[in-house]
Amino acid sequence: MGPPAMKRYFLRKTMMLPLVLLGVSFIIFLSVRMLPGDPARLMAGPEATQAAVDNMRTRLGLDQPLLFQYARFLANAATGDFGTSIRSGQPVAEELAPRFVATLKLASVAYLFATLIGVPLGMAGAVWRGRAIDQAVMLIAILGASVANFWLALVMMDYFAVQKGWLPLLGSGSAAHYVMPAIALGLLPMALVARMTRSSMIETLGQDYIRTARAKGLSAARVYRRHALRNALIPIVTIIGLNFGAVIGSTVVTETVFNWPGIGQMLVDAVRYRDYPIIQGVTLLAVVSVVLVNFMAELLISALDPRVRFG
Amino acid sequence: MTYSAALPRLMDWSRWLGRRPALFIGGGLIGLIVLAAIFAPLIAPVSPYDQSLLNTLRPPSSEHLFGTDSFGRDIFSRIVYGARLSLLEVVLGVGIAVVVGVPQGLVAGLYGGRIDGVIMWVTDIVFAFPGIVLAILIVSILGPGLMNMLLAIAIFSVPVYARLVRNVTLGLREMEYVQAARALGASNLRIMFDHILRNAMGPIIVQSTLTAGTVVLTAASLSFLGLGAQPPIPEWGAMMSNGRNYLGVALWVSLFPGLAVTVTVLGFNILGDGLNDLLDPRSRG
Repeated sequence: MGPPAMKRYFLRKTMMLPLVLLGVSFIIFLSVRMLPGDPARLMAGPEATQAAVDNMRTRLGLDQPLLFQYARFLANAATGDFGTSIRSGQPVAEELAPRFVATLKLASVAYLFATLIGVPLGMAGAVWRGRAIDQAVMLIAILGASVANFWLALVMMDYFAVQKGWLPLLGSGSAAHYVMPAIALGLLPMALVARMTRSSMIETLGQDYIRTARAKGLSAARVYRRHALRNALIPIVTIIGLNFGAVIGSTVVTETVFNWPGIGQMLVDAVRYRDYPIIQGVTLLAVVSVVLVNFMAELLISALDPRVRFG
Repeated sequence: MTYSAALPRLMDWSRWLGRRPALFIGGGLIGLIVLAAIFAPLIAPVSPYDQSLLNTLRPPSSEHLFGTDSFGRDIFSRIVYGARLSLLEVVLGVGIAVVVGVPQGLVAGLYGGRIDGVIMWVTDIVFAFPGIVLAILIVSILGPGLMNMLLAIAIFSVPVYARLVRNVTLGLREMEYVQAARALGASNLRIMFDHILRNAMGPIIVQSTLTAGTVVLTAASLSFLGLGAQPPIPEWGAMMSNGRNYLGVALWVSLFPGLAVTVTVLGFNILGDGLNDLLDPRSRG
């Protein structure tokens, strides 16, 4: 693919981005409108006074055409105004910000775990291909992608926190609080990273230039480190970037199990209390960040490896 | 078929499967779940709903293989009956996604242009949501419950098939035999179903197996959160939710339903890998 085609690809991707964001926000906007009942009453909460409901009706612009209401929703969201939480009465944005930071912190540690365990596992599988080590790596990879992470969480909590008392059971605050949630959350990306590292290293090890490097007398360890691993980094970026959505999705259950004060737990609580402004805020924030991370990952990957193109 | 003719056939089959351990293991695990679902009343020693308040939170024993939960219900029996729910989830979740997504992909790939643009735009939008987040948004509108959850899961699985079938269609559209069929006057509908869909079956089957694993995991997650199957339904995720309150006291309440989920998802994932190697030899490695 030459430079013009590449430029076209970037252009198309960049043009699709606002269109996708527009569609996503429209679905989230419509979700409350599709509920049976008066949207103003729903958004103000069951205990709101008539004055508060009337106030909400003006705010949402319910007497205006639907597209106008949507434009207003977008304009508010763009300025960080997601309304007020029904449960706490606080602005949604104010509640959302520290929660999002907590989720990103947990996700970062989970990714760190996934990379630190997954990459060496994948390398070992590739170097000792077909041997017992490789089979163990493949088993770990497929198990990691199949285990329900909240089940692993419960088993870990039972043993390490309740029975042994080595780790705190719930909540956040210290470094020890990260251990179990990060393992539960990092399990799936770890499995994917291990699998991807293994297959891309096997491919790289078969290339001519690796044989040349070996022939000119470089030690095996040096070849693996300098040449093979560097090329295996591209798929790792792919996995991490393109699975950000899956990880954000997993935080919903992981955070609820560990009582981690992030947006995942916030979403589940909001559904329980029918706190629609919070549901809209969390969903919008989660999806927009996933879309942006995916977009950046795709650009980064095609910059790193000109052979890769996404459909 | 006579005995002498059947025996070599059977041996061929076992040898064929022996060279494909993924199909053997994955198929075996799923076969186990299917058998449990079909013969649940014969396998389960008691009804999954039988409460016994004198026998709550009993550890695994010869009487209660997997112990009892906080209502004194037999966990083994509940897991066996839970297999029925998991298969129902798979059949409905994957089924709806295939029935809706495949035609979308065929139309997008074959007609191209503006139709393709719109269908792929919608696909991109749904894809942008993390599956479970979209499912929660939908459940928050429709209300919690088994059927609403399955509908939500099916909705986020649709674009997987639309995109897959579109890409297969784009690859096949320019093939000579499709062009020949078109030159002979075959209608778009006929080309779709006679020529393209037949060749897309392999990837669709592989994807369905992999989606089945995701469906089971997501359904268990949503039920665990209280948004899917409601108590006292013996759904594996909902059962684990009950055990959450007895950590350090009665881990078995969560342990065994979780194992059932893992075995099922593992089975679908291994089977998917095996089918992928079988149906698409290029991907072997």
